[in-house]
Amino acid sequence: MDKTQNNKAWFLVLPVLVIVAFSAVIPLMTVVNYSVNDTFGENEFFWNGLGWFEDMIASDRMHSALGRQVLFSAIILAIEVPLGIFIALHMPKKGFWASFCLVLMALPLLIPFNVVGTIWQIFGRVDIGLLGHGLASIGVDYNYTNDALDAWITIIVMDVWHWTSLVALLCYAGLQSIPQAYYQAARIDQASRWSVFRFIELPKMSGVLLIAVLLRFMDSFMIYTEPFVVTGGGPGNSTTFLSIDLVKMAVGQFDLGPAAAFSIMYFLVILLVSWVFYTVMTTLDNAETK
Amino acid sequence: MMRARSSAIVMTVYLLFLLIPIYWLINMSLKTNTEITSTFTLIPATLTFANYVTILTDPSWYMGYVNSLIYVVLNTLISITVALPAAYAFSRYSFMGDKHLFFWLLTNRMSPPAVFALPFFQLYSSVGLFDTHIAVALAHCLFNVPLAVWILEGFMRGVPKEIDETAYIDGYGFGRFFVRIFMPLIASGIGVAAFFCFMFSWVELLLSRTLTSVYAKSIASTMTRTVSASGMDWGVLAAAGVLTIIPGALVIYFVRNYIAKGFALGRV
Amino acid sequence: MAQITLKNLAHSYLPNPQAEADFALKEMDHVWQDGGAYALLGSSGCGKTTLLNIISGIVRPSHGRVLFGARDVTDEETAARNIAQVFQFPVVYDTMTVRENLAFPLRNRGMDAAYIAARVAHIAQMIGMEDRLNRKARGLTADAKQKISLGRGMVREDVNAILFDEPLTVIDPHMKWELRTQLKQLHRQLGHTMIYVTHDQTEALTFADKVVVMYDGRVVQIGTPEELFETPAHTFVGYFIGSPGMNLMEAKITGNRAHLNGCEVPLGTSYAPVAGRSQIGIRPEYCSLTSGAGLPVTLRRVEDVGRHRIIRADLFGQAFNLIAPEGMAIDADMTRVVFAPDKINVFADDWRVAAQAGGAV
Repeated sequence: MDKTQNNKAWFLVLPVLVIVAFSAVIPLMTVVNYSVNDTFGENEFFWNGLGWFEDMIASDRMHSALGRQVLFSAIILAIEVPLGIFIALHMPKKGFWASFCLVLMALPLLIPFNVVGTIWQIFGRVDIGLLGHGLASIGVDYNYTNDALDAWITIIVMDVWHWTSLVALLCYAGLQSIPQAYYQAARIDQASRWSVFRFIELPKMSGVLLIAVLLRFMDSFMIYTEPFVVTGGGPGNSTTFLSIDLVKMAVGQFDLGPAAAFSIMYFLVILLVSWVFYTVMTTLDNAETK
Repeated sequence: MMRARSSAIVMTVYLLFLLIPIYWLINMSLKTNTEITSTFTLIPATLTFANYVTILTDPSWYMGYVNSLIYVVLNTLISITVALPAAYAFSRYSFMGDKHLFFWLLTNRMSPPAVFALPFFQLYSSVGLFDTHIAVALAHCLFNVPLAVWILEGFMRGVPKEIDETAYIDGYGFGRFFVRIFMPLIASGIGVAAFFCFMFSWVELLLSRTLTSVYAKSIASTMTRTVSASGMDWGVLAAAGVLTIIPGALVIYFVRNYIAKGFALGRV
Repeated sequence: MAQITLKNLAHSYLPNPQAEADFALKEMDHVWQDGGAYALLGSSGCGKTTLLNIISGIVRPSHGRVLFGARDVTDEETAARNIAQVFQFPVVYDTMTVRENLAFPLRNRGMDAAYIAARVAHIAQMIGMEDRLNRKARGLTADAKQKISLGRGMVREDVNAILFDEPLTVIDPHMKWELRTQLKQLHRQLGHTMIYVTHDQTEALTFADKVVVMYDGRVVQIGTPEELFETPAHTFVGYFIGSPGMNLMEAKITGNRAHLNGCEVPLGTSYAPVAGRSQIGIRPEYCSLTSGAGLPVTLRRVEDVGRHRIIRADLFGQAFNLIAPEGMAIDADMTRVVFAPDKINVFADDWRVAAQAGGAV
């Protein structure tokens, strides 16, 4: 659509700016302030330049947390995106069963994060959980509280449980927008099931799929509550992701300077990746409407 | 039909995967603590509602739900109110710095709450908003306002500009046009945006826990604090969990017919 | 290529159709001759698309059989029937280039590359898109996309039939004419059976050798454009074909006379006594105004449409149309209308009544 050039539109944006400035810019400034200062307590600060940044860049702690974070996000994207597409393709198209599936699938999305954690904490425990107890009774040695691999598997399965529906619902919305004539034409053209997916369904889903990947990437990269409730970052530090580490550092140890420097770098990494996604998305959007 | 059959199997397996952990939670909530820790049963041997009674009669528990609902509704209202004019501006006008502004807004959706937890605590303490509902509602605007702007902008783009022009020619002022004509046209978009705001505000724990202590304490933090208390009261914890699912389930039930279109955020 | 036979075909979208009104298609028997160019004409909702989808196999008929040649294909999949279909709105594969789009049906059937290249080149030239073969289909205009759909429908040489479902809806008027001419030419070259669904009579009459008119889930007449015009089998055909349509009037028939409101109109031939509701129909082209004897009309207005004039009038309180040649003077005393007797059709309960054997005067 052609847009009118009008700088007065800024007035319409003003309320958003005020709100977001209050809830984002001022706190962010505080973070920046901490990141370049050191303190001996008693609210006395002195200039530390980029010292904290240098410390954090060199710190093994941050490297390993970042490593775990990237690995985690990569794994859940690799599972949830294909699985979400697969589920969307198998959902009923209309009628009672469509609503039925939609409602049940949306259910995990509206459960508070800590309750999601609680559900899986209870579900996975060897003494009282169906999963833990079930696995133990068929002879699988599973215990997420003291085995790092088991803890990882539990958290990944939990995230898949929690968020695959979001991907599936987005894809489903994309699929619903395909006119029936496309499928009929494909049958007439003797297209294989794979061709129908590759040339009709996937192109129509590409827009929403990008939104799904973007949302899932951002949210998985910030994940805090669910693993915190289930494993508390353990055993050891094996499930200490970036946010968990950051809160430990800032609130637990009150290392404000390093935590702030950590925050800023953390934020920049997300920003960079999201910017790439966003650019790809808008370019595609424009190609679509050209 | 082979295909319909295999689809039904896939969906059944997936829905079971989604529902079994929830079932287990409900199952737990209906058992006594002795039963939970001593025996392993698929259905409660001695059915008890004592856990629910505990929650619904103890103000420190049930006020958690009330507080949560208050700030979630406040947040949804604030987010939608400020996002509507902004989304209109982005969808209709080009102005200096619009693209950068839009991306900057989105970056706030991307900022980890963990980064903001401590600064928020200090900011709200210093302005005397600590432990109030409005504090949490404002803090959640951090990610909900950008999201609402983004969703609404998508829906508004679908409304032809000619409608605006016709209304102006007919003598409508901006305010009256916006409320009387434009908002009904994007009603489903507003519904979807409100749904998402509700959802993300309702499920968030970290900020709501950091910004409240007693007076506006959310249910989520009530739950985590009880966990660390002496011993594990699994039954009550499970019952509290079940009760947090209910508002979400109700919301989903009411918007079920919009979910399919709404999840595409107006972008298909 | 094959002759297509519909045997006792009927279709209902309801699981348990009871009354006749439950059927989207009423029972019919029909043979589409091999190599014929048919137009399926009717207003929206008359069942033409349902019929087309039954032939292509997208819809399985609830009753009756479909035969291609001697082969019963009622239960066969669309792909196995080897037909091509072009839809009302463009269906193109967005992420493919124009070339890949055109080659797609051939590739799926495992044709060899040289043959595909030759066919694609030929079709591209026919639809006038040789210069855009390597462009992605996504960015093209609606009529370019529809041309690709048409091209994809025609790219296979061995199809049993090509079905068109109002394919020119989205095309510009001048392109419509050109594409229709090309389709017609293509039909002559390849000799495929073509069935062309439309609600536009000009499109139907210029494209087809045989026009099939449908009304309310029923085929009411199959004939050449001339037959539809001169001897419509049903009042709907009379009304639907022609511009303006046939004038229909309640009348009593006795022998070779029709009685309207106490006036007598001579008919070209004699009829046996007509049962039920009887009407006579006369095309505006075969009526003329006169100042002499005839039925009394009140003129409303005259529309000049170029090669002739349409006169809108009232006859016994009913709207009535006449066509007068360009240049004919219309005088104030011309208040009577006369019909050409042998062009009058007689209908009983909306169906045309044949003349009594040997009844010609």
